Amino acid sequence: MATKHTKTLSRLMNLPAIGLLFIWMIVPLTMAIYYSFQRYNLLKPDQRGFAGWFNYEFFITDPAFVAAIINTIVLVGGVLLITIIGGVLLGLLLNQAIVGRGIVRILFISPFFVMPTVAALVWKNMLMHPIYGMFAEIARFFGGTPIDFFATIPLLSIVIIVTWQWLPFATLILLTALQSLDQEQQEAADMDGASAFAKFRYITLPHLARAMTVVALIETIFLLSIFAEIKVTTNGGPGTDTTNLPYLVFSRALQHFDVGGASAGGIIAVILANIVAIFLIRAVGKNLEA
Amino acid sequence: MARKVSIGRKVGFTALAWTLGCLMFFPIFWMMLTGFKTEVGAIASPPQFFFTPTLESYKDVIEQSNYMRFVMNSIIIAGGSTLLALVVAIPSAWSMAFSPTKHTKDVLMWMLSTKMMPPVGVLVPLYLMLQYFGLLDTRTGLVIIMMLINLPIIIWMLFTYFKEIPSEILEASRMDGAVLWKEIVYVLLPMALPGIASTLLLNLILAWNESFWTLNLTASNAATLTQFISSFSSPQGLFFAKLSAASTMAIGPIMVLGWFSQKQLVTGLTFGAVK
Repeated sequence: MATKHTKTLSRLMNLPAIGLLFIWMIVPLTMAIYYSFQRYNLLKPDQRGFAGWFNYEFFITDPAFVAAIINTIVLVGGVLLITIIGGVLLGLLLNQAIVGRGIVRILFISPFFVMPTVAALVWKNMLMHPIYGMFAEIARFFGGTPIDFFATIPLLSIVIIVTWQWLPFATLILLTALQSLDQEQQEAADMDGASAFAKFRYITLPHLARAMTVVALIETIFLLSIFAEIKVTTNGGPGTDTTNLPYLVFSRALQHFDVGGASAGGIIAVILANIVAIFLIRAVGKNLEA
Repeated sequence: MARKVSIGRKVGFTALAWTLGCLMFFPIFWMMLTGFKTEVGAIASPPQFFFTPTLESYKDVIEQSNYMRFVMNSIIIAGGSTLLALVVAIPSAWSMAFSPTKHTKDVLMWMLSTKMMPPVGVLVPLYLMLQYFGLLDTRTGLVIIMMLINLPIIIWMLFTYFKEIPSEILEASRMDGAVLWKEIVYVLLPMALPGIASTLLLNLILAWNESFWTLNLTASNAATLTQFISSFSSPQGLFFAKLSAASTMAIGPIMVLGWFSQKQLVTGLTFGAVK
């Protein structure tokens, strides 16, 4: 009896969380879907009405939409690729016998704790600034011409900043995973005369697969909604060169006050994120069973 | 067991790791250094590494009428949302870790999937909702939103930690006739406390740095440090030394907390998949 009692109670204990998350998921999403079929601009509240698929059509046929999709893919994909490959390499390096490893680890992990607005503004103004920035100083010192980062390679500049923020995370996770690598297996491989590359390919890499999936999942969650870094550096420009999907929706919502259009954009973002999520959640779910 | 490492190899790897580490840390170091310069010194060419430090910029930032308000807003919003989320998450994670049903895994996955919903998807409805209830640009509004944002990750982290607690101990205490609340207070809580502390720490860091909702749902009244720093992005307001001083103060405490939570970060953010 006691057990049954406990079980019911424990169900009840889970209810608030499930309820809250359910409301959190359903209510705003339903509202967004509803608005997305409405002609509704906060500046023209009297012209409200049913709009059919107009908002979706308008959002998708906007040239900025295609640009935003491409920029989002480049940003997420680029950062993922660099941080995971870089993370493996740096993890391998930090896993060696290094003097003062604790301090080196702190040097490497620190950027992760820097708030996005600080990271973006420090990079933009104090490192990448074409006149006062450190990179410009270095370029001039060697007799070169400083690059105007945000004018000539705006998206790449954002990728660099975001990579700086997330490389530490990938490195730390992958380093931790490397530390649990079976030493005896390595030694056995050594005795069998395996090359360093073969050991990496057939022992280390498979061992890291799970950590890499998790890093990809977590980073994707955060990278898909990169916003502050763009807002404080380029405002999505020049033109639409650094407009990603979150920024485009923000701009429709809080700069054009187009509730309907922004909602349609939001729903499209949700659909795209879900496509990515299905793959990632599956991968993580499989890995977590082990 | 330990393999012999040649001295040359060790020196080489050490040098490489330190060089890369210093490069990685350089932007933070440079920011900290610039905070102690005058505005003129901050843009001097060639850049100054040795100079007479001044606290002028720090003074300027702190004496700004609103500075303490930004700090308080950040503390209340990050702290309040994390604590509130823990209140809801602890019972939830407890029940899933100790009385799992055949649906528990699905529930957990569903919770994680709510985190995959991009914030922009619900930006408009939430903005209008907060506006309707008069909660736009208020601490209460932000605490509620941030609590819901972080809830899934908090539940996951707690679940990961609670799962490590052997359930036999709970059964033993039940055999000894402990009632549920005693079981929680005397048996579970002491064992779960480290996990709860780690979750708290990690979420404070995440919430402190959260910049989508704080930038979009606050203006002045509930503006956090993220919002304050972003005000330096306008060309008229660009003062490198002040930006550096303000930034150093905004990230300093959280970064030090972060240094001590590396281990928790790994376990927590990978849902225990990497330890």
